[in-house]
Order: sequence, then structure tokens, then C-alpha cells
Amino acid sequence: MAVKRRRSTGFGLGVAMFAPAALYILLLIALPFSLAFVYAFSDARIGSGGSHFVGLDNFRSILKSPSFLRALQNSFVFTISSQILVLIGSTTLALALKDKFRGRGFVRFLILLPWVAPISLGAIGWKWILDSIYSVINWILVAVHLAKPYDAPMWLGEPKLAMLSVILVHTWRILPFSTVIILAGLTAIPKDIPEAAAVDGAGFWRTLFEITLPMMRPILNVALLFGIIFTFTDMTVVYILTSGGPADKTQVLPSLAFFTGVQGSDLAAGAAISLFLVPLLVVVAYLMLRMAHRAEVV
Amino acid sequence: MAIVETRAVTKVFKEGTMGAVNNVDLVTHEGEFLVFLGPSGSGKTTLLRMIAGLEVPTSGDILIGGEVVTDLTPRERRIAMVFQSYALYPHLTVYKNIAFPLKAQGVPKDQHQKKVEWASGLLSIGHLLDRKPRELSGGERQRVALARAIVREPSVFLLDEPLSNLDAKLRASAREELESFHRRVGTTTIYVTHDQVEAMAMGDRIVVLHKGIVRQIGTPTEVYDDPADTFVATFLGSPPMNLLKNGEVIVGFRPEHLVPAGANGGAAIKLKLKIHNVEYLGSEWIVYGRPQGEGAPDQVVVSRLPTADHKIGEIHDFTVAEKHLRFFDKETEKRAPARALTWP
Amino acid sequence: MPRRGQNRARMGKLGHWLVIVVFTVLLAFPFYWMLITIFKQTGDLYNTDNNPFTFNAAPTLDNLQVLFFETRFVRWLGNTALVGVLVVGITLVLALPAAYALARLTGQWGQRLGIGIFLTYLVPPTLLFIPLSRVVAELGLQDTIWSLVLVYPSFTVPFSIWLLMGFFKSIPKELEDAAMVDGLTRFGAFVKLVVPMSFSGILTVVIFTFTLVTQEFVYALTFISPEANQMLGVGVPTFLVRGDVYFWGSLMGACLIASVPIALVYNLFLDRFIAGFTVGAVK
Repeated sequence: MAVKRRRSTGFGLGVAMFAPAALYILLLIALPFSLAFVYAFSDARIGSGGSHFVGLDNFRSILKSPSFLRALQNSFVFTISSQILVLIGSTTLALALKDKFRGRGFVRFLILLPWVAPISLGAIGWKWILDSIYSVINWILVAVHLAKPYDAPMWLGEPKLAMLSVILVHTWRILPFSTVIILAGLTAIPKDIPEAAAVDGAGFWRTLFEITLPMMRPILNVALLFGIIFTFTDMTVVYILTSGGPADKTQVLPSLAFFTGVQGSDLAAGAAISLFLVPLLVVVAYLMLRMAHRAEVV
Repeated sequence: MAIVETRAVTKVFKEGTMGAVNNVDLVTHEGEFLVFLGPSGSGKTTLLRMIAGLEVPTSGDILIGGEVVTDLTPRERRIAMVFQSYALYPHLTVYKNIAFPLKAQGVPKDQHQKKVEWASGLLSIGHLLDRKPRELSGGERQRVALARAIVREPSVFLLDEPLSNLDAKLRASAREELESFHRRVGTTTIYVTHDQVEAMAMGDRIVVLHKGIVRQIGTPTEVYDDPADTFVATFLGSPPMNLLKNGEVIVGFRPEHLVPAGANGGAAIKLKLKIHNVEYLGSEWIVYGRPQGEGAPDQVVVSRLPTADHKIGEIHDFTVAEKHLRFFDKETEKRAPARALTWP
Repeated sequence: MPRRGQNRARMGKLGHWLVIVVFTVLLAFPFYWMLITIFKQTGDLYNTDNNPFTFNAAPTLDNLQVLFFETRFVRWLGNTALVGVLVVGITLVLALPAAYALARLTGQWGQRLGIGIFLTYLVPPTLLFIPLSRVVAELGLQDTIWSLVLVYPSFTVPFSIWLLMGFFKSIPKELEDAAMVDGLTRFGAFVKLVVPMSFSGILTVVIFTFTLVTQEFVYALTFISPEANQMLGVGVPTFLVRGDVYFWGSLMGACLIASVPIALVYNLFLDRFIAGFTVGAVK
């Protein structure tokens, strides 16, 4: 009888300890999440009083808007391009950092800086480096005669270059994070596996592509999925670097949602735009759950 | 099939310290099962890894089949190795694990299946080819590791303590499998272990290593009956050889040769022992006693007897046949010729 | 005697060093550039004829002086620090018990809820900021740092629960059982035994939460307009600009001062941080 009582208080205590956090999350994530849907189907604006249900009107109009379609495309293009670069770059860097060498701690500190620095501040640093007049990159290009003075690339002014710049800044920011996670996966591989491969006759590249990388697939997936989320849902880089310009050419979904909803006061349209983030997030969530499930089974 | 030779091989890991392996000279016989035996830290694994090419010697040379291979990568040495953990590739099926060395060495793809089937048939794991390593038992994994090693028909097999990860019950049958495997295949094999029972049971010859130095190379009979120094004498045999200081020498005799008085005819020394402890192991008795009498050292000696009715505290007469006595120099601890004893 | 192995090893080493140098330069260069820019005189900085890598005029502390005394930088530092401390406190109060409950008490449900918590981490601020801006306005917290104190735990709590859960699971249950046999209640065992033992896990949560607070942008930008109440991440790029003119010297100073200390601390806790992300993926 004492056991029975004990178990139920145990459960009760568990609920009590979990409840505050659960309540908070419900109120500050689930509630706003639903509100986003409500706004998307309304005509809410900042400042105006009530709001009315307008059905799919918002969605219809944004789907017709070229800047929205542009932003939708950009979100995918920027994310996919930057994450491919990140995957290749961070795997390479992680392989180089795997073995101890003098100064490794200092190198690790340096390469972590892009990830650790507040996003906006790193972006502002890049804005200075890519400045239309005073860019240090252009100065170097001119000095080695790869560009003409006064005709050097407008990194943030010319549409294609601006897109490239955004992709590169995203890559720059996520690379350290990915590297560090992949490094953890690398060090988890037992030492005798690459040795067995060496004895079996595999050279560097075969060992890398047929043994090391396949063994790291779960970790690579984790790094990739998180990198995708961090890039796809970020508005800061675009906001700081180009404000979505030139002429809305580098807008992404989150930044467009901000400009429309907050600066443009059109809460409903802003909410509708931001909801287009959800499909990708659902796919990512599904993939992560599947990975977690597989890990449990093993 | 080839002969492995090391010439003055030394490996120093940290400058200024003593080497993990010091000046080792040895030559294998063709097709033999050679055991590197020693406690942990004796350098046996380092020596094996240098033969494999996974470590580079600080000085000295390694030869395989008469060719100097000291600077060659493992890939170029035509050897196969089985690691302590088996090092099976976890993401590949058993089939792909075994086929991997063939792929890596550029064997044409149409030959893979035949060779894999041959190797897996040799080890009776043909029914496991579609499984992944994590689905296999310890014994099955060992067989897969062996199949992967044999599929390339290497000239030398290197095995690094492959039985130490198995639980005791499995170890005996796995050991037997390894022995029969070697009889079938006949490849020169070097086997590293710290377990002297394994070494005695499996080895054609044993290389006894301590602190990176070879103490003795010999057949099991030679290292057991004619140990070259006190280390070999006490490392082989359980319980170890009794060693007693006696004047200028150390005299040793094995527990099974310390028998009750009267059991020995012929030249023998007599020992009076006060029984200190008695253990019944089922198959035998272990009797511990202190020698009594003038000049007797204050040590406990051990005897192994098929039957015993000794009680603690009693004093009994024991004897050791003179032909079973082994003498070691007190300073060098190396084998010395027979001397007169100062006692008993 | 020709040593073939050595040549190959040398090439490998060269490649190794090349990779490290190239990546380190690419990743750290902007911060080096910030450092140089801080100490450059304005005339030197805005002269395209000058080699930007050298100090053509003497290095100066003017930019830093402007930053500290003529802008609200110090105030933003204070705001951020205050919000950071408060949010850390709230996060710990919410996450510690929840993580313990999930790790210990609720069996199979614990797994499901744990994953559910983790999934909420995937709901980004850029989705919630519009509805939340209204909620904040309704509550009258618009333009104050309290709006952030209220909202920030929404992204620090889920990850902290996840991190602490993994940590608690590694503490053997027997210890708590022993404590309860000795007379403590479940909750007492939690407070007096488990929490002190989890010091390093808690420290990780503290550091990580604090860095998340300093890095946040969207909420601060949306909820707060007045310059004096703004946070570091938004104040610096927004208010160190007058019209179209950027005060680059001071801007770079702000960036560097805000980034480097965080980086130093982050480095110390890196391993725990990774563990939080990779739990379950690395076996």
C-alpha cells in the first residue's frame, strides 16, 4: 500500500515540476503560433482597432506579389547554397583539426568567432568589409590589378553580387558551428577502424569516402539540419547587409515578413509570409524525429 | 607465406625515456604460430604495430619475406591484421566487410563474390553475409574479422589480443577455433597476448617480452621448463615458480614439483613446511607453507597437489627433485649453472 | 636510404597546414579587420588611396572614446547584461525542475515529452515575432526591456531542458534512492543532491543562455524603439548610424568588444554545448 501511494506522489511531483515550463511554452510558443494563423487569415494592422476574418485573401495577394515569390526563391537558394558550402568546408576543416597540434586551442578560438559573435555585429563587420567605396577586398583586388579602380565590384549594390555576399556571410557564420559538431563525430570513431582500413589497403581518399564519412552520417545530418534551420529562419544577415535590396532582390521570407509586418504595419500580410516557413520546418522536424528514432533502435 | 624478421628494432615515444621496444631481434619460422607474450606495457603491441606498419620504428629494420619494409605503408606490406576490437566496419554488411580489402587492392569486381564465399566458407559464416556487425555475437565477429583477414591470402597474419574482449566461457571455444583455423590455413601468424595460458596452448614458439626487451624466445616447453630469467620463470605458470634466495643465487622450483616427502626417489632436497593456507580448487589443492629450519628464508612457497589433507599450522615434510631446481644469478636474475645450496 | 613514407607524410602535413591557415584567415579576418579599424583616424580610414593594412596616420583612441562617451553603447551593455541575468534566472527556474521530471519521473512519457520540447526549439522567432509584438503591446511592455525578459525564455528554456535532461540522466538513480532511504523527500533529494551535483551542467546552461540573449535580434528590433532601452545587438547597427553615415571606427569597436569576451567563455564550454546538440545522434 505504501508503494502505491509513493508512485502516485511521484507522478504528481513530476507533473508539478514540469508544469511551469510547460505552461510557459504553451503561452509563449503555442499561443503565438496559433495567433500567427489567426492574423494570416485576418486584416490586422498595427494601430488599427479590430480585425476581421478575410479568408485566403492575404495568401492570394502575396502569392501574386513578385517580391514575395522572389523572397521564397531566395530563401531556398541562399539556404541550399550556403549549406552545401558549409558541409564541404566544415568537413574539410574538421578533418584538419582532428589531430592535436601546437596551437590547436588558439585556432579553435579563432574559428569559433563567427558563430559566437552576435549575428548583427558579424554582419555589420562584413558590411564594412564589403562597403561600396572602402571595401578592403576591393582595395586588394585593385592592388593586384584584378579590378579597375572606381570600377571594383559592388558587393552589396549589384543584385547577383549581393546574393552571393549574403550566401557567403551565412556560410561564414555557420561554418564554425558545423565544424565543431562534425569534429565531435570524427573523434567518436574508434582509432582502429581507420587502421584496419589502412591494413586492408585503403588509401586516404578511399578511407575518407567509404569508411569515415559514411560512419559519420548521423552527425553530418544533425549539422546539416541545424544549419538549414539557422539559415532559413534568419532575417538578421539580410536586414543588416542589404535591407533586402537592391530593389528587394535579396529579400528572404523572414526579412520580408519583418518589413511588411512591422515596418509596413501590415500584420496580417507579415504573418502570412512568415507562415511559409512552416512547411520546411515540418520536414526538418520529421527528419530529425526519424533520426532520433533510429538512434534509439540501435 | 613469409618469414618476418626484425633487426634491432627500437621504438622510443618520448625523447629521453626508455623505449617501448628496445633492440628486438627475431626471425619467424615459415608457417609458425608465434606468440608475443608479456604484461601490459611490455611493448608487445607496439612491436606488432611496427610489423604492421602502423608505427614507424625509431631505429632498426623490419623485413617481410626477405624484403625490407620499414618505410612501407601497411597497404604495401601484404599483411592482414585482426584488432582487439575486431574493427569491423559498422555501416557495411558482413559481405561488404570481407570484400573491402579486395576492393581496396583493386581486385576485379567479378572475382569478389568467389573469394568472399571461399573465405566465409572457411569460417562457416556464409549464413551471416547480409547481417551488419552490430547484429553479431562476439564469436561471430571474430570469425568475420578472420574472414576479412584471410580473403586477400596475405603472407602474414597479425592478431592483437583478439580473445581478450570475449567473456571467459566463449574464450575457450574461440581459442580452439583459432587453432584449427591456423592448422587449416598454415599462414605465418604472430599473436599478441598477455595471457600465458593462451600463449602456451596456441604458440609454436613464444617471445617473452618485458619492458620492451626480449627475455626469451622458445617453444612452450623451453620457456616453461628452461626459463632464461626470473621474469620468464614467474610469468609463465600459475601459480608462478617459487623463487627463494639462497646465498649467491636464487633457486626456483615449480609448485607442481614441490611434493610430499617420500614421493621422490633419487636426488632431492628436503623442505619442512609449516602450512600457512590451503585452497581446494576441485581439480587440485593449492598448499601454501613457510619453510622451517636454520637459514630458511621468510617466504611462502606454493605447492600443487592432486590430493592433500594438510591442516593450517601443521608441519610437513616436502621434497623437490634436484633435476627440477633452476638457478638464477642474484644480481642479473638470469639463468645460472647449478650451485651448492646454503640451506636446507 | 630513400624514405618514401616521409615524402608522402610531408605532403600530407603541408595540405593539413594549408587547410588550417586558409580557413582560419577566412573566418577570423573580419575580426582582425575590426581591430585595425578601431584605431584608425577618420581621415586615414576614408582615404581610398591609403593602404588599409597600415596605419598611415597614428593610431588613435578617438573612435573608442566616441563609442563609450558619446553614444549609448554603455547603456546597451547594461541593458543586455541585465536582461541576460534575468533571463538566465527564469530559465533555470523553469528548466531545472522540468528537465528533472522528464529525466526521472515520467518513464515513456518522458521520452515523448522530451522530443516535444525539442521540437518547440524549432519554432523560430521569425515566425512568432509578429503575434508576439501584439501580445507585448497588449501587456503594455512595448518599448521596455521587460518585453524581452518575458519572451526570451521561449528559446532558451527548450534547449536548456534538453541539455539538462541529458545531464540528469547520467547521474545514477541509486544516489537519490540512497538519499530517500536516509530520509529526504524526492524533491528534497532533487534540491539538496542532484542540483549541486549538476553544477557543470547548470553552468553550461547559464553560459549558453547568456550568449543566446546577446545574439538575439528580431525580438529586440521589433519590441523596442527608444534608443536608451535598446539591446546591444540592435543598438549598435541601428544607432551608430546617422542617416547614411556609418561611424565605422566606433561600430567596429562595439562589435569587437561585444564578441570577444563571449567567445572566450564559449570556448571553455564547447564540449558540453556539442553534447546538447548531438545527444542521440552520436552513440
